[in-house]
Amino acid sequence: MNKLITWIDNRLPVVGVWNDHLAKYYTPKNFNFWYYFGSLALLVLVLQIVTGLFLAMNYKPDAHSAFASVEYIMREVPGGWFIRYMHSTGASAFFIVIYLHMFRALIYGSYKAPRELLWVIGMVIYLALMATAFMGYLLPWGQMSYWGAQVIVNLFGAIPGIGPDLALWIRGDYVVSDATLNRFFALHFFIPALGLPVLVFLHIVALHHVGSNNPDGVEIKKNKDENGVPKDGIPFHPYYTVKDLLGVAGFLLVFFAIVFFKPEMGGYFLEHPNFIPANPLQTPEHIAPVWYFTPFYTVLRAVPDPFLGVVAMGSAILMLFLLPWLDRNPIKSWRYRSALHRFSILFFVVNFLVLGWLGVKPVTPLFAEFGVRATEAYFLFFLVLWIFSKQRSSAFYFIVYALTMGLLVFYDFTRVGSSDPTIVWPALLWPGFYLTMCLLGPVFTKFAQEKPVPERVTSK
Amino acid sequence: MKKLVIVTLLGLLPVLSWASSGHTQLDHIDIDLNNKASLQRGFKYFANYCFSCHGAAYSRFSRVGADLGISSDLLKQEFIFTRDEIGKRNKPGALMTVAMPHRYATSSFGTVPPDLSLVVRSRSADWVYTYLRSFYLDASRPLGVNNIVFPNVGMPHVLWELQGWQAKAEHSAAVAETADAHEAAPASSEEGNQVVTHGNGLYLAVPGELSGFEYNAVVYDIVNFMTYLSEPGQQKRKLIGFWVMGFLGIFFILAYLLKKEFWKDVH
Repeated sequence: MNKLITWIDNRLPVVGVWNDHLAKYYTPKNFNFWYYFGSLALLVLVLQIVTGLFLAMNYKPDAHSAFASVEYIMREVPGGWFIRYMHSTGASAFFIVIYLHMFRALIYGSYKAPRELLWVIGMVIYLALMATAFMGYLLPWGQMSYWGAQVIVNLFGAIPGIGPDLALWIRGDYVVSDATLNRFFALHFFIPALGLPVLVFLHIVALHHVGSNNPDGVEIKKNKDENGVPKDGIPFHPYYTVKDLLGVAGFLLVFFAIVFFKPEMGGYFLEHPNFIPANPLQTPEHIAPVWYFTPFYTVLRAVPDPFLGVVAMGSAILMLFLLPWLDRNPIKSWRYRSALHRFSILFFVVNFLVLGWLGVKPVTPLFAEFGVRATEAYFLFFLVLWIFSKQRSSAFYFIVYALTMGLLVFYDFTRVGSSDPTIVWPALLWPGFYLTMCLLGPVFTKFAQEKPVPERVTSK
Repeated sequence: MKKLVIVTLLGLLPVLSWASSGHTQLDHIDIDLNNKASLQRGFKYFANYCFSCHGAAYSRFSRVGADLGISSDLLKQEFIFTRDEIGKRNKPGALMTVAMPHRYATSSFGTVPPDLSLVVRSRSADWVYTYLRSFYLDASRPLGVNNIVFPNVGMPHVLWELQGWQAKAEHSAAVAETADAHEAAPASSEEGNQVVTHGNGLYLAVPGELSGFEYNAVVYDIVNFMTYLSEPGQQKRKLIGFWVMGFLGIFFILAYLLKKEFWKDVH
């Protein structure tokens, strides 16, 4: 056995890779619950690729037979329903896992130096994932598939100048049609099967080069023993392989509970109108994207001008790319940041959920107004994050507060003519409350105080 | 020009989502897919009443027969009335396609009746259950009937022989005339004892062969069968699910113990 390994290792560095990335890759010993989601994302990726492969063996990317071929998989292919539900549940599970993974990075400052590139690669993965999910959603060729794709591709048409041609180029036709279905199928297979694994590989290489962050935000490489092993590090294998195995077991329990007992997840994972074949002549009464796109969909709808709406939606995602350069506070983990910073992040999370919830709802004047307010709050978070990079003077807080509140109110006056003032003004409380807490809090309270970061990781 | 169209479309987006139709209160149905007798009866009604206009083209007779315990011979005798392109009666292995040509359907109803394989998944069982019990006489419609749950639907009240005719409580007088024309039944005598059959404010203007209770039972069987039809494997799915949950539960415990064992020297 040893001889065989030596023979292989002389030709292919298996032992070196095994040691560098598993047996001698030293990982902080204080990972908590939030650190399960990286390995789970990898698991879901593999699950999606494998189930997708088997689906593709029976699926027909043809506008006349796509819908029927999905039902053929559901009814006549042995075990087809199982593969299909794993794939459809996997799509939503992927986004849940990725959102939790990103939340972890947000609270522990995992995007900060030297992990900026790691974060940016991760964001590219997130974008690739959104593109993949969007194109995959067209394939069942149901009503929501069709009209969702129609709406999203039309967004590109709102870009001045090249827009209409760009939308035409994406569709391959003047409306979403057989040509669109064919190319989306090809891309839905290509991006995750070839693009995503390369990106994930880069993500892991970058991670293992700089080392993992941890809930304390302490660099464990700064404290090494005489052998050069970080004092707070433990080898990834076997410690985190067995721990991640526990995470896998817990995840699969939830995942398969959905697959076997609630595959539609109340119409959120599989939307009800998608059980009606696509009909280009009949618009469904309410078009809502799948839940994982809805926060950004609300941002899009919050801006009246179509092109500016697309710009707002694009910026909402771009902001996340810029996190490492917006948040310049040297303290990584929110454990040692100010109470106001923790409040700001939690508010951002609630606000993101509100944006998502509004995105599945039909637009009423009240919901529309709240969409605007939640969008304002979304972008204000990044301003606050930048301001909290260091302690500022009272005058600075006052000036920024007056400027931003002034801008919000000015914008409200430009639109209050066409909106209901009894809705507009009370709704100002949402971003107003957030700004007041974060910008006047540091002046009048002690909640902006930060704590000293320990030298070594804390055990709990 | 195209840009203008796209921009207009975009501008319409919020409006599109506005245009939601009024939702009526739906009656609840407790689906029981283990009730084979009900499913068999439901299949019988489905084959007799629904099939002439609607298909269930993603299913096969033989699969339904196998799942519901109906022999191939019985299927041929009692359930298969559709024919293939050359006019031969379909075999049990055939898909449950619609008997009526699209051309004929369009000229009769103004639309092609939808395939019913998945209607329970797109609309919900409660919806179908309420819909089939919500037809009422409406002289303004081409076929003389309307539906509370699906206003201005093109479908006639196919089960009228069983249920009779319902009318809306508010314009009962006008309805009585329509009922007269339809049935030549003494509708006026019915006006005295208006019985509101369910929450949507309809009363039975002309009784049918069945009592209200019996009719509900028939509709129950149909919707029960259609729920089965919407996903034939769902019972099996849930059954396997329990085994998978059990297996994963044990796996979780073992993984937990393994993790504990490996981590006991980490402080």
